[in-house]
Amino acid sequence: MNPGMDEGLRSELSKQGIFTTTLEDLYNWGRKNSVWPLGFGLACCAIEMIAASMARWDLARFGAEVFRPSPRQADLMIVAGTVTKKMAPQVVRLYNQMPEPKYVIAMGACAISGGPFKEGYNVLKGIDRYLPVDVHIPGCPPRPEALLHGFMMLQRLIDEQALTGPRRPRHLVADAPSEFPVPQYGPHDLEPPSNPEVWQPPSSDKKPDVG
Amino acid sequence: MIQMDSLDAIKCQIEGAIPGARLELLSHAGPSGQHSLLVDNDHALAVARFLRDAPRLLMDYASNVTGIDWPETTTRETIRTKQVIDGVEREIDQITERKKPGRLEAVYHLYSMELKQGPLILRLRTEDRAGASHLPSLTPVWRGAEFQEREAFDLYGIIFDGHPDLRRILMWDGFKDFPMRKDYVAPDDYEYEPTAHDEVLARALHHRRQEGPK
Repeated sequence: MNPGMDEGLRSELSKQGIFTTTLEDLYNWGRKNSVWPLGFGLACCAIEMIAASMARWDLARFGAEVFRPSPRQADLMIVAGTVTKKMAPQVVRLYNQMPEPKYVIAMGACAISGGPFKEGYNVLKGIDRYLPVDVHIPGCPPRPEALLHGFMMLQRLIDEQALTGPRRPRHLVADAPSEFPVPQYGPHDLEPPSNPEVWQPPSSDKKPDVG
Repeated sequence: MIQMDSLDAIKCQIEGAIPGARLELLSHAGPSGQHSLLVDNDHALAVARFLRDAPRLLMDYASNVTGIDWPETTTRETIRTKQVIDGVEREIDQITERKKPGRLEAVYHLYSMELKQGPLILRLRTEDRAGASHLPSLTPVWRGAEFQEREAFDLYGIIFDGHPDLRRILMWDGFKDFPMRKDYVAPDDYEYEPTAHDEVLARALHHRRQEGPK
């Protein structure tokens, strides 16, 4: 909301038919209502994502129906499904190819943590080990309503992003990285197993189970 | 549906057709009663060709190829013998340890689309698990076995001689381990286990000890 204007005056003016806004509000309003997701799915969550984009749940109501086949034209990466270790470098590379500003939704238990396959030899324990995830949607798979809810959370996040100041988002900070290192295939695991710039395990005092 | 010949009869047919083939009937005690034939590696290809082409069998479809890892096992046998020591007869337990060498096994489930019969289960065994883990590839007989043999190679390390394109299929090319073997050790990435229990808890604790106190 407009910080430089009294809220009462603003609503008074709007009753008179005069609408005031800021460039920031207008800019974010436009951005949040035309988020174009990258059209890619990894596993069964992708089916729910497709259902959400079709007539019954109609992601088009939120301006996000245009699933782009090219990362160059996409703003949002919905990581819908299990990220295997073999697939992880490609997912990170696709993210790197997307232009800023870009956002990531981790959809479903697998994309968040590995889910039911967490201890498997071939499954990444969550895409947030390599990419900055904005919204996590739990579920196995999450229903389309859950995806819509997660998407609305993302819209709120975009709406609240400041254009200037210390709280401005990453794409407006010149030094902030836009690309993240692509993990390499190692002899036993991905190298590195996680990107410490993006993900750190929570400090040990927060782990009561593993005391 | 025509009743398929019993496995015994099939074994006799194979032995009649391929001289020198060493076959063993492995019976399965479970309710499914899916008995299988163990074939020696030297004659496996000829046996496979026979199974595919014999008019009473016509096993034209390899539905499934999979691997089994049999680790080295030691069995203890106790034999009670009577010996006379100092004029007194005593019973003495003699414990003998038998080492059964580990080996890898490939299992083929064969069906006949033509005669609508099956499955016929074929097993091949390697000599051991390390150096001589070779088996003859049956891809020349059943083309459909190609990817499944690659999978068995990828996950168990069975080397199929005569396979047209033996590369890893699920894991990446530089991967060194065989993850479905019993002695596979997964990488120690247990730094964050919010709901650890049982084996995972043990590994998470192990990881914490390796890390040391923070």
